Amino acid sequence: MKVEAKQLEFLTSTAPKTGADLLIDLLKSEGVDTLFGYPGGAVLPIYDAIYRAQGTIKHILFRHEQGMIHAAEGYARITGKPGVVIATSGPGATNLVTGITDAMMDSLPLVVFTGQVARSVIGTDAFQEADVMAITTPITKHNYQVQSISDLPRIVKEAFHIASTGRPGPVLVDIPKDISAGVLVEEPEDACIDLPGYQPTTKPNPLQIKKLADSIAKAKKPVILAGAGVLHGKASRELTAFAEKHQLPVVTTLLGLGAFPADSPLSLGMGGMHGTYAANMAIYETDLLINFGARFDDRLTGNLKHFAPHAKVAHIDIDPAEIGKNVPTQIPIVSDAKEALVELIDQTAESPEIKAWLETLHQYKQEYPLWYKHNPDGMCPQWLIEAVHKVTNGEAIVTTDVGQHQMWAAQYYTFREPHRWVTSGGLGTMGFGFPAAIGAQIASPESTVVAIVGDGGFQMTLQELSVIYERNLPVKIIIVNNGALGMVRQWQELLHGNRISESILHTQPDFVKLAESYGIRGMKIDNQEDLITSLPELFAHDGPVLVDCRVLQQEKVFPMIAPGKGIHEMIGVKPS
Amino acid sequence: MKRIITLTVQDRSGVLNRVTGLLQRRQFNIESISVGPAETEGISKMTLVVEIEDEQRLEQVTKQLNKQIDVLKVSDITDKAIVVRELALIKVASSSQLRSEINGIIDPFRASIIDVSKESLAVQITGRPEKIDALIELLRPYGIKEIARTGLTAFLRGHQPQVNDLATYSLLK
Repeated sequence: MKVEAKQLEFLTSTAPKTGADLLIDLLKSEGVDTLFGYPGGAVLPIYDAIYRAQGTIKHILFRHEQGMIHAAEGYARITGKPGVVIATSGPGATNLVTGITDAMMDSLPLVVFTGQVARSVIGTDAFQEADVMAITTPITKHNYQVQSISDLPRIVKEAFHIASTGRPGPVLVDIPKDISAGVLVEEPEDACIDLPGYQPTTKPNPLQIKKLADSIAKAKKPVILAGAGVLHGKASRELTAFAEKHQLPVVTTLLGLGAFPADSPLSLGMGGMHGTYAANMAIYETDLLINFGARFDDRLTGNLKHFAPHAKVAHIDIDPAEIGKNVPTQIPIVSDAKEALVELIDQTAESPEIKAWLETLHQYKQEYPLWYKHNPDGMCPQWLIEAVHKVTNGEAIVTTDVGQHQMWAAQYYTFREPHRWVTSGGLGTMGFGFPAAIGAQIASPESTVVAIVGDGGFQMTLQELSVIYERNLPVKIIIVNNGALGMVRQWQELLHGNRISESILHTQPDFVKLAESYGIRGMKIDNQEDLITSLPELFAHDGPVLVDCRVLQQEKVFPMIAPGKGIHEMIGVKPS
Repeated sequence: MKRIITLTVQDRSGVLNRVTGLLQRRQFNIESISVGPAETEGISKMTLVVEIEDEQRLEQVTKQLNKQIDVLKVSDITDKAIVVRELALIKVASSSQLRSEINGIIDPFRASIIDVSKESLAVQITGRPEKIDALIELLRPYGIKEIARTGLTAFLRGHQPQVNDLATYSLLK
């Protein structure tokens, strides 16, 4: 031990400073506390610098680059700070592609560092060379290849600035090995951001704000649509104040869950393909749709012809390209959600007379609540989510993959607080939920973090069980195990003549033994009584737990808007 | 509708790829693109001609281009008073007997012969794309061996007329 310390001292005191050392310094000055990484040939100099930094910057070693980048996304979603990723060149970088795209679609700030072969051999098809710049140009907010050590300070500063301001997104910095290994001749000067082409608008146009306030005063059937922009702008409190001031009903998008308290009487729940009847009918019937930070994604709108057909549309978004992209907009407002809401709350325009509208919506809620039928044959997945909600008092951070379990979690884990919901919305990535939970737990060590995952998706990134064991991260994994790719199976049953093609997972590992082989506590539960008995104790366990919950395979997510149908054409709004 | 869009961009490696990649991804069809250094060092100017079906798509393409970090300015100048030029080199099959006849054709176009060989001659023409198209059609009967066109480049005229009759100055539509 003593020898090692001495050796370290020797290394730090006499070794010349390299580009990699400079990188670590720059990361520290950006306030980076955690690196999500995986070493390899082209990043050896960077890992040498991490070693010599002697633990002053935390590095979490994952087992696959896809796992670590989803973890970085989970971290970014919870903290609002960029998740920082390091991967090697070639396969290391290409394994990140899914996560980078996922972050791009869901506007998550990431700064991704990839190693690259030395500049002298770029373009020669060298060992572990991939054209990462070309591969990631369409899936990043911006990307850089470092051509000189002296550019490094500016590039790192710009990368963090671009990732975390305006509409957040992933930024990639490709670092050739000779740059990171290169010796620093002199300490570079403090860099300045030089981005004349990047000046996001954050303050709303006051005339447009007044126009919106006047429209609200005159509206008969107004409704707010709250998207993830409200969460990125940390504007949930302002949204709640604004909605309450004028008694405006609120629909949230999938990614906007938590932006408005789901237990408020003004909340209509989630809209879209598997949204509530009240939310979707409110959008269908409204005469003034006020969208804060949602991008009118097709899973929300359904057939655009029938989307808010009677409405004047106001759209507040920090990204001007989202306004008018899918839905014609009469009141466009390019702004940060919080800035716009603060201005709107200050407006003196009257509240609208909408008692009848609120009454109608209240009736919809009463008449068509979310529903499922208990079944003596086994456990209902919807009930399982309710049980998880109960045992966590509705206060957990919940992460999911994509598919049925995701929709049930969205429907039945009523989120009262913002920044508790981590899901892959835009890209719909299987294998996202579990590693995202690791990132969320690192970001918020005191919170209860539940990864609600499907049996299909979990098998895509389960190798990260090592990480939660190694770091004793008390992530609770709930596998909603229906032995199928449930949403695929549901579509095949409903839309493809019940031809169940390749969507049943006939063979599965013994998940309990699998967990145990990683040193993690596991339990299989296949009935409601056992779940009620065991869940409190499993959640009280101070360490990671995997619960393999066997649920009914034939359960489907309802209501549902079939592809091509309008938002009012839901099926399964009531028990048959 | 055909639109002329000019971009002021940072002269950095990959910027052309960012622009063309974006247009391809969002399903815009590029008819021509020309790039060169602008008046300021480190800044380039691009001129794009794109086929766009409606106003909404036009708005979308300019917004998406504007979002690129390396893009400083995007202008759709189609309906403004603009100067538009393209250069074309046309290699025409020609014996010595036909040379003066061809000269007679290209003269009104203010084109010039810049290379002569036994079997062919090369014509250089500068002008609006329609003018170049017209000359190509006239030369076609002689046998065109090769054409190289630069794609269109354009900027605003020094004086812009009042807003109400801008459309009459449109050169492409």
